[in-house]
Amino acid sequence: MMDRPASFDAHVRFDRVHMAFDGRTVFDSLSCAFPRGRITVVLGGSGSGKSTLLRLIGGLIQPEAGRVEVAGHDVTDPHTSLAEVRSRIGMLFQHGALLDSLSVFDNLALPLREHTDLDRAAIAQAVRAQLDAVGLGNVEGLLPGQLSGGMLRRAALARAIIRSPEILLCDEPFSGLDPASLKRIEILLTRINRQRGITLIVVSHHIASTLRLADQALLLLPGRSVCGPPAALRSSSDPEVADFFDEELDVEALDREERAAT
Amino acid sequence: MTPVALVRELGFRAIRVVAELGSMLLFTLSFLRAAVVPPLRPQRFVDEIYNLGVLSLVIVGVSGFAVGMVLGLQGYNTLVRFGAEGSLGAVVGLSLVRELGPVLTALLVTGRAGSATAAEISSMVTSEQLDGLRMMSVDPMDIVVAPKAIAMIFVMPILTSLFVLAGLLGAYFIGVGLMGLDAGVFLSSLKSSIRFADDIGGCYLKALIFGFLAGLIATFRGYHATPTAAGVSAATTSTVVVTSVAVLIGDYFLTALWGFQI
Repeated sequence: MMDRPASFDAHVRFDRVHMAFDGRTVFDSLSCAFPRGRITVVLGGSGSGKSTLLRLIGGLIQPEAGRVEVAGHDVTDPHTSLAEVRSRIGMLFQHGALLDSLSVFDNLALPLREHTDLDRAAIAQAVRAQLDAVGLGNVEGLLPGQLSGGMLRRAALARAIIRSPEILLCDEPFSGLDPASLKRIEILLTRINRQRGITLIVVSHHIASTLRLADQALLLLPGRSVCGPPAALRSSSDPEVADFFDEELDVEALDREERAAT
Repeated sequence: MTPVALVRELGFRAIRVVAELGSMLLFTLSFLRAAVVPPLRPQRFVDEIYNLGVLSLVIVGVSGFAVGMVLGLQGYNTLVRFGAEGSLGAVVGLSLVRELGPVLTALLVTGRAGSATAAEISSMVTSEQLDGLRMMSVDPMDIVVAPKAIAMIFVMPILTSLFVLAGLLGAYFIGVGLMGLDAGVFLSSLKSSIRFADDIGGCYLKALIFGFLAGLIATFRGYHATPTAAGVSAATTSTVVVTSVAVLIGDYFLTALWGFQI
């Protein structure tokens, strides 16, 4: 078990980031920080920019203005080596993003073959160790298309952590999973954070998981963001924030809102 | 539409065409770098030879045989009116080697393998597989695009040879087998009319250039597809349309430059 850092040490930092797609502003001067060794869950409605935030951290897209700092490297600076930054990051994509044409084993072995001098036996050992760690002992010969949704997500998680990253980005890791698979992924993410000290930034819609998992929640709202411990956000006096955490279906309130709008 | 709107629309379209040409040029340069700079990926190349070449053998062979039979039938019936049926081998051979072989093979391979290539790469874009590679600091140009495009260049002359041979066999079957032309006359007419440097050289030059065009357009369209189901469909359709037009126009210029100056 790793010691979790007691003080707030930003591992990833957004500084006045502006982002727009086709004239539609997604982030307007977004500033926030993600503490080292902690789990931050990013919440927000559809189109609020949750996945965009992860893609900015990975340098897959560039902001129109502002800085994104990852482990001390400014990924918006054209002189920054993205390969160096990405060697510190693992990313779990929403649908796994494993290569369809390669077996599960080859998918996991790919980053090791590309970036390490390990021999075949060492690579095979590392792949099997990661598959065991996510509870997938007997699927290494299968193609990704032959796995269930939960197994695919776990295989993708194994690939994301195989190079021992400092930061793990997870895009909707719970979406489309049955309750048992969801709980399994949740436990795995918690274990990865606790045992390896990896900073987790998780995009999710799942309020119950967020409350169990997160040390910090970042809620993306139209034109602003709110950050804090999830329990504090849930009991916030800000109605927009509290509403987001309220999972009860209040039909009368919805009717009142619609009447007021008309 | 007002004249101002018309000019604006034309301007937008012109800018889009120029932007696309620029994007294609950058893509081509990236491909050429990936084709010659290590890491080269022989196993991926061999896999693509199978996907693009071996799986196209039947359609190319059968089509070549059918085209040869039609040429044999039409050619014999036309030549016999002038008492020149002994030239059937020359007519069929020159038609197949100079024009029909490379052009029809390119169109067939585009329809089968080019569209499959564009569909596969655009599906990888949609399912974030290419972003997954980028996050592992593996260039998709190296591991996905270059093996497919190089394999297309490699298989096109081989498939063209198969088409021409199958076509000659079809014409021989009709001319000698059905119409009763003397086999020696057919073969000697064929042999005396085809010159190695002009005809065979031109045939392979065309096949190589058409392979380059087909491979580049299919991978480019797939790589730049919009990540939606409609985007996959548009990439596949435009690959077939653009490659077919490029092959037919390219054939004219190659014939003009190569065939009539030597």
